[in-house]
Amino acid sequence: MAQNQIKNMTLNFGPQHPAAHGVLRMVLEMDGEIIDRADPHIGLLHRGTEKLIENKTYQQATPYFDRLDYVAPQNQEHAFVLGVEKLLGIEVPERAQYIRVLYCEIGRILNHILNVSSYAMDVGAMTPMLWSFEDRERLMEFCERVSGARMHMNYFRVGGVSQDMPAGLAEDILAWTEKFPQMIDDMETLLTENRIFKQRTVDIAKVSPDQALDWGFTGANLRASGVAWDLRKSQPYDAYDKMDFDIPVGKHGDCYDRYLVRMLEMRQSVNIMRQAIENMPDGPSITENRKVASPPRADMKTSMEALIHHFKLMTEGMHVPAGETYTAVEAPKGEFAVYLVSDGTNKPYRCKIRAPGFAHLQAMDMMCEGHMLADAVAVIGSIDIVFGEIDR
Amino acid sequence: MDPALEDLKEIVTDALGASVVDTTLSMAETRGELSVQVKRDDIVRVLTYLRDNVNCQFKQLVDLCGVDYPEREERFEVVYNLLSMTLNRRIRVKVRTNGLGGEPVPSVVSVFSTAGWFERECWDLFGVVFEGNPDLRRLLTDYGFEGHPLRKDFPLTGFVEMRYDDEKKRVVYEPVKLTQEFRSFDFLSPWEGQPPVLPGDEKAENPEGEGA
Repeated sequence: MAQNQIKNMTLNFGPQHPAAHGVLRMVLEMDGEIIDRADPHIGLLHRGTEKLIENKTYQQATPYFDRLDYVAPQNQEHAFVLGVEKLLGIEVPERAQYIRVLYCEIGRILNHILNVSSYAMDVGAMTPMLWSFEDRERLMEFCERVSGARMHMNYFRVGGVSQDMPAGLAEDILAWTEKFPQMIDDMETLLTENRIFKQRTVDIAKVSPDQALDWGFTGANLRASGVAWDLRKSQPYDAYDKMDFDIPVGKHGDCYDRYLVRMLEMRQSVNIMRQAIENMPDGPSITENRKVASPPRADMKTSMEALIHHFKLMTEGMHVPAGETYTAVEAPKGEFAVYLVSDGTNKPYRCKIRAPGFAHLQAMDMMCEGHMLADAVAVIGSIDIVFGEIDR
Repeated sequence: MDPALEDLKEIVTDALGASVVDTTLSMAETRGELSVQVKRDDIVRVLTYLRDNVNCQFKQLVDLCGVDYPEREERFEVVYNLLSMTLNRRIRVKVRTNGLGGEPVPSVVSVFSTAGWFERECWDLFGVVFEGNPDLRRLLTDYGFEGHPLRKDFPLTGFVEMRYDDEKKRVVYEPVKLTQEFRSFDFLSPWEGQPPVLPGDEKAENPEGEGA
């Protein structure tokens, strides 16, 4: 009897695939329904951000950070301004620190809402997306009220934030934090004990703590594997050391735990937002150092010096002393960091952007091996990738 | 100066000092960050030591990137940023190389699996060769891209641009044509660089001139 020769099939996943979360092209070597090897091809959204930043002044570089992980833009800006502040050696007013913390947590919820709901949609649940986007819209309104832009805020400045929060906004955010936990409860009733959702996620792509460290996992994906590590706690920046919050940690490191960690993180974020608003001190929202931050409009009408400072900052920009720094923040997706090399001029000499999703996506091969094709979709959803930051 | 960082510096120099670290060893404790420059060929040993030693435990390679200094003899610097969660410390390890045609940097994929893509990216953007990387293809740039865009001598506008050709029914690559020259404003010294004689100054020299 002639034996049929079975050949492995190569399958192209993406770049236009609704579950690829952007422009991921993945070449899958299939052994029947089982994935033998996954080879993600990235770079389809490469815009040369790092090269562009080298040719811009420090002030002009911040908007590029909004466009990296466009789901939670504030957190990226935060890493960059913290890095520049470190090189400049300046202090940020306390009120600005609290506002930044508040908006970073808004960014975290923005990100987790999008990730959890689109992940649920990838594995077959439609409703979470429809429900949760209402709250995402509300959060983006808060961003709009403070900066004028819903998504690409460009709100954080070296030395503080671009302008203080308008009157009444704090009360509105506080009222929202009262209502939002109910929304998380609703999402959990839909998903957490949902049989289909659990069948698709439990025990899929288990990552052990050692594997997670070896593959450079950070953020929620690392914590889902059982490693209690959060930069907000261990290396606190801005006002995070004054906040009281818990770090949810998973046990199994599978897709289901990664989902659970994100859900719990949202509850903690609401908690932090409330604390940030309640304890927010009065005072300036940006540093008074006029070599870094431009003076208030009103001063420019009467003071020659203020006018000169404004002109010099808007054209030449600030000069940053020579040196280098690696500054990391806990972005919603993991450790987002900027390795900044300054040569003392008004432009960064080198600005390497460390995107958490880059390391996570690299581990696709390790995580997918031996799983079914349909599981690849669940894995991509659970590691929370956005191509703006991976491709840069 | 952070005493814990001082201790770490001592541990690292004692253990690696004599045999491994280059004579050009430089330690810069700037802003609480420790940075060590080591010999290129010993990078695998250094990183393995930093990962496995009880007093270091840098179990995570968070970042690997290149920096280009064209004026140096060995123009590229490869920077490894490590994180130790047990000690809550970071360390930066650097090696130097002169890129294509020069000596390759040994790959550290055997020490940290995550180095694979970071090295690919560094090869793609700078042209630094990593010896022993199992899969050194381009990563971020286009299929068939030529050159290494993050080098300082690579122009910001690039060399080719792509468009969809409706007749050929496919995308075509053409040399970059700019309708306006790319303008880079250098605000560093607005009052220098002007010629000492400004347009119109010659009129003052000539008393017979009309507009003098």
